Amino acid sequence: MTRINALVLATGVLGILGTLMAQSAPTEADQQGKLQKEQPAAMVAGTPGERVFQQHCSRCHNAPQGFPPQISGTILRHMRVRASLSAPDEKALLRFLNP
Amino acid sequence: MSSYAKLSPHTKWSTITLLSFLGLATLQSARAQDIPLISGGVGLITSTNGGNTTYLPIIAPALVAPIGNHLLVESRATIVESYFPRGGGQSGYDHNAFLGLSYLQADVIANRHLTFVAGEFLTPFGTYNERLSPIWIGNFEAAPLIFSLGTMNTASSVGGMLRGSAFSSDKVDIDYTAYFSAASTNQQFDAERSTGGRASVYLPNARLEAGLSVGRLLQETHENYFGVHLWWEPENSNLRLRSEYARGPHAQGYWVEADYRCLRFHSEDSLIGRFEPVFRMQQTFRSQPDSEDGLPSASTQEADFALDYHLPHEVRINTSYSRQLSSVSNRNIWQTGIVYRFLIPTWRGK
Repeated sequence: MTRINALVLATGVLGILGTLMAQSAPTEADQQGKLQKEQPAAMVAGTPGERVFQQHCSRCHNAPQGFPPQISGTILRHMRVRASLSAPDEKALLRFLNP
Repeated sequence: MSSYAKLSPHTKWSTITLLSFLGLATLQSARAQDIPLISGGVGLITSTNGGNTTYLPIIAPALVAPIGNHLLVESRATIVESYFPRGGGQSGYDHNAFLGLSYLQADVIANRHLTFVAGEFLTPFGTYNERLSPIWIGNFEAAPLIFSLGTMNTASSVGGMLRGSAFSSDKVDIDYTAYFSAASTNQQFDAERSTGGRASVYLPNARLEAGLSVGRLLQETHENYFGVHLWWEPENSNLRLRSEYARGPHAQGYWVEADYRCLRFHSEDSLIGRFEPVFRMQQTFRSQPDSEDGLPSASTQEADFALDYHLPHEVRINTSYSRQLSSVSNRNIWQTGIVYRFLIPTWRGK
């Protein structure tokens, strides 16, 4: 019974994720996100934000290959806590992630 | 990590209800760029240790949900189904299911220097636990041998933490954490009564970070833990050097890791540019027997060699070989894994 519970839970999580991914309909925001994925150079312009990203984010992990712009603020707040970003660095990083 | 099989229905439904509530609570507060997100990794890992192969399908979802301008709720769980040889002369495989919460915390961002953290959080000792433990980040499937030193066995604490940037300029960043954890025997919020903290100095121009960690176990026997870490990324080299040393009452040890992303002569999307060779050397030194500190029972040396390959669409293949030497036994450890990292908004937003 417990194994069944585990499988049901795992299936449920995967199902929710699959549903969420399938819901990525072509809204304007998603198109912008797609553009961001296709043109990562838009984020890499030698800005102070890029410096912050390299010094505080990519020291631990590789840069994601792209993400929708509507979660850039959430990512930023997460990184502010995890990487103890200062307020100026936070602003620079936001401009870098969401130019 | 707690056994899912041991969870009471009350605990399971409490967790699910809490996470659902947090998700719904953020619906009313999200701004255009602050949509809650689900991140994490899905993977399949195999580990052959001493001739026995274990298969580990794993999913590690993480939820990050901003509420208002100063509050952030974060959680990460790990769900693993482990298939392992029966042993004892029996053929075939047995399997276990596990579900564990790594953290479930609320972060209150008070000002530019201070963030209050409450709930269950990753114990801030050294660097591995907070930075490299997610399966979509770490270069090796296995944690360093000294991982349990200073992280108080459970790697998670239940209580409160202060953290932030103490000072920041173009030339130096200083950040800190300080925490207190209560004892908890709840299956999903297992923690020892302890206190500790970490301070780090980062020199951006040299791309060099050095830090000091301390911890004190306050449960039953009081024990002190001490650690230092040193990270260095030579500029424009694609080389990362990371190291940690930790000392506990009955053992000490270190690990040094070097990884190189082959981008120097090839682009990120080229066949060669996707490779990332990694080497890690680690040693533990046992001074007194301790069956509970998580380190090998005898002084151990281990050399780890890995070759990671970054596929498109956030997929990574990890392969590694480790040679472990100790007075108890010498053995080979082979590990492979494929991990997909996902990062999606919980809804489309405006």
